[in-house]
Amino acid sequence: MTGQVNDFVIKIATVNGTGSASANGLLMKALFRMGVPVTGKNLFPSNIQGLPTWYEVRANHAGYMSRSGRVDVMVAMNAQTYKQDLAEVSSGGFLVYDSTWPRKELLQRDDITVLGVPLAALCNEHFSVARIRILMKNIAYVGVLSALMGIDRDVLKTLLEETFAKKPKLVDSNLEAISLGYDYAMKNFQCPLPVHAEKIGDNSGHIIIDGNSAAALGCLYAGATVGAWYPITPSTSLMDAFQGYCNRFRKDPETGENRFCIIQAEDELAAAGMVLGASWSGARAFTPTSGPGISLMSEFIGFAYYAEIPSVFFDIQRVGPSTGMPTRTQQCDVMLCAFASHGDTRHPMLLPADPHECFEMAVQAFDLAERLQTPVFVLSDLDIGMNDWMIPELTWDDAYRPDRGKVLHAADLEGMQKFHRYLDRDGDGIPHRSYPGEHSKGAYFVRGSGHNKYGSYTEDGPEYQEVVDRLLVKWQTAASMVPRPVLRKAARETRIGIIAYGSSDGAVNEAMDRLAEEGSHADYLRIRAFPFNGEVREFLDAHDSVFVVEQNRDAQMRSLLMIEAGAPAGKLHRILHYNGMPIPSACVVSGVRQHLAQEAAA
Amino acid sequence: MTYIAKPRIDMPGELLNAVGLKQRDYEGVLSTLCAGCGHDSITAAIVQAFWELSISPERVIKLSGIGCSSKTPAYFMSGAHGFNSVHGRMPSVATGALAANRDLVCIAVSGDGDSLSIGFGQFGHVIRRNVNMLYIIENNGVYGLTKGQFSASADPGSKAKKGEVNHMKAIDPVATAIALGGSFAARSFSGDREQLVPLIKAGVIHPGCAVLDVVSPCVTFNDHVGSTKSYAYTREHYYAASRTDFVPPATEIKASYGEGEVLPVTLHDGSKLLLRKADADYDPTNRSKAMEYLEKHSSRGEVVTGLMFINEELPELHTISGTARKPLTHTSFDELNPGSAALAKLQQRLR
Repeated sequence: MTGQVNDFVIKIATVNGTGSASANGLLMKALFRMGVPVTGKNLFPSNIQGLPTWYEVRANHAGYMSRSGRVDVMVAMNAQTYKQDLAEVSSGGFLVYDSTWPRKELLQRDDITVLGVPLAALCNEHFSVARIRILMKNIAYVGVLSALMGIDRDVLKTLLEETFAKKPKLVDSNLEAISLGYDYAMKNFQCPLPVHAEKIGDNSGHIIIDGNSAAALGCLYAGATVGAWYPITPSTSLMDAFQGYCNRFRKDPETGENRFCIIQAEDELAAAGMVLGASWSGARAFTPTSGPGISLMSEFIGFAYYAEIPSVFFDIQRVGPSTGMPTRTQQCDVMLCAFASHGDTRHPMLLPADPHECFEMAVQAFDLAERLQTPVFVLSDLDIGMNDWMIPELTWDDAYRPDRGKVLHAADLEGMQKFHRYLDRDGDGIPHRSYPGEHSKGAYFVRGSGHNKYGSYTEDGPEYQEVVDRLLVKWQTAASMVPRPVLRKAARETRIGIIAYGSSDGAVNEAMDRLAEEGSHADYLRIRAFPFNGEVREFLDAHDSVFVVEQNRDAQMRSLLMIEAGAPAGKLHRILHYNGMPIPSACVVSGVRQHLAQEAAA
Repeated sequence: MTYIAKPRIDMPGELLNAVGLKQRDYEGVLSTLCAGCGHDSITAAIVQAFWELSISPERVIKLSGIGCSSKTPAYFMSGAHGFNSVHGRMPSVATGALAANRDLVCIAVSGDGDSLSIGFGQFGHVIRRNVNMLYIIENNGVYGLTKGQFSASADPGSKAKKGEVNHMKAIDPVATAIALGGSFAARSFSGDREQLVPLIKAGVIHPGCAVLDVVSPCVTFNDHVGSTKSYAYTREHYYAASRTDFVPPATEIKASYGEGEVLPVTLHDGSKLLLRKADADYDPTNRSKAMEYLEKHSSRGEVVTGLMFINEELPELHTISGTARKPLTHTSFDELNPGSAALAKLQQRLR
């Protein structure tokens, strides 16, 4: 598979805390500006400095976004992981390493080409400050790659000039480092390699962004004003980004005062409480967290469900159970979020597949939470949230106005005989609410204890039941409001289906093309929300065999489809990937292939 | 049953406050607490204080956690929005509510179980953030609703109703609040309305987290011999470090006091607290002296009451955060949304 133009994977092995992130970002952006579709995946340890870290750039002219499972060019900058990195290079591939200290063991494979570049020696000779030498060693390997892989040096120069517009001295030293690597490679190797990039455009109309930044932008544009959070990987960068955008766009132009309030809570319990308090007061409020945080927030989530307080929870999923692997990805909180808290509870979930949907669904989450007066979850994951994705530019409709739901303001209340908080006047299961501070007629007592439809305390069975039954009516209403699934029909009529959601989307799309080449055709339904709407049921009915692709051990979405959409267990086949790495397309291909082979044999 | 409406009887000649309301307008539904419960006296003091302050009930939010104390917001100010949250988590809800709308007047009622055990973390952090609210702890040293277990404020050596003796140290919310750098810490007794009402008023006006610990005997589970939170014990060991007069803004101070007897404290709205001190050397603006004073008297087994510490200068949450003066809930969508042009511009850097 190697030897391709604009279709390759470069993997860079470094040590965390050495400043390789900017070099890797530079590399990825250069490919992007050459018009090649790219994705970047950061595989990092739960550590601050000194442990192995990898960055994987996939360039692919067809625009495939998932991991391919291949490594065409490995840049091995970490002696600790040489052995592992060597083993990972695909047959016919290349390994670049720092030959300042030559390593015989790297020459053990005769099916790959090892290219030694004395990066440390070159940088030590050229730069005098110790820290600069380390940083520039990273930029120097970008220079090596630019020669080996045909990466446009003018593009690199432009990018550096943009990045360091305010520090021109840094542009010079970076360019020098690039030249060090570039010149050495040109002199000593046959450049470019058979696997290389060629400029095919400029990817105009696209951007590179991570899901957490995009979600934060969604919160900004939705008009969220209160954010409460407790730092937790991999969700932290969502609030960091929100803070950054607020500092830029939410300062009063005259006074410099903040039109936002971000509170770093003492724990996730408090963060959830703050979101509820703020939403109850009439603000749009949210919290970003990950699985362990949802566990702690569950107490308040049940309260918000029963007391009907709008609230938005971003769960950037990571590997569980317990602390699990905080810097690895999974889709393991589906069941947790669907039914979080004790008692009969159920919550709408939105399932973005990429940063573009993180942006859109962040806005939808606030609209839905306020329309439905209930907690709404946005289930992203580490892969979407923290990795660099190429997506079409985000757009905004200036005509958009937030859906604040059924709120009675002072003027509405003034004319009313009596306000009853939990009375379903419209038959859609959604009552009216009022904000504190507006009118004493709108005053009511929010409680998590038993209450009747008027909002009064009750221990009366039928009165209690009337309210929880009405919440089910609201649930039906929710099913008609949440985002609809996306259907990708096979080229031919087929009774085979694939269901996936979230970050598995790229792998499934690529797998469908591979399978179609082999003559296996499947329709693909990407679920974008819970509760399931009619289209999910129709898809299940229309197919005899449905593969459910997900990134967890217990096939949680499959279970949810069985419980909530009445799908028979026999027709739902699991395709699972849960080692913490983003799912590669090969996993989907082999899963489908194996099952079809078994069926054919039977 | 917290839904029993009180019959409303309007008496001729009832006084109206500055916003044209009668004291009855500050009441809530009928209390379902035990007859003689200290909490009901505190409720009455809250009603009186808010009426006298002429705060319209719709400007007020009243929050609580879980427990006997936390039922009480239903018993005052029916015209105020109420939030009976989960056990020990009231401070976070109050923080969020005030983050969203800083113009709300917040009164929070908690208990010793709610604040000093399950909610000790949130109690500490709401003080640390200096959220602008009155935080009343109705402190009876016992878990009433679950029938008489010791709480974390039970004094060492005190006896439970069934004879069990507590051997663990008591957590003093006043000393804790001062140690955490709180801006306002006071203690009173449910049976001393004269002291309690001015302290409630001062706590409402104080621009920060005003912690008011009110010893409030539990007549059912903690009012026996051997209890240190009983009516009898509290009255016997009651030690008022100061008496407080609350003087509204622009009101002339008429009473005359001897030199050194009175310490006037001016609150941020211009109202004044006149502290009539029992000890001439007591200074509630001196943090280390306040701690020393509390320690000295508690070691003698005395229940020290009064305004123990105040610092009007400590910045509250919004001052620290730099939040706009106009409440976030009143900020229009156009002021919050940067628009499509800004989004397009922003994305130029993402290429």
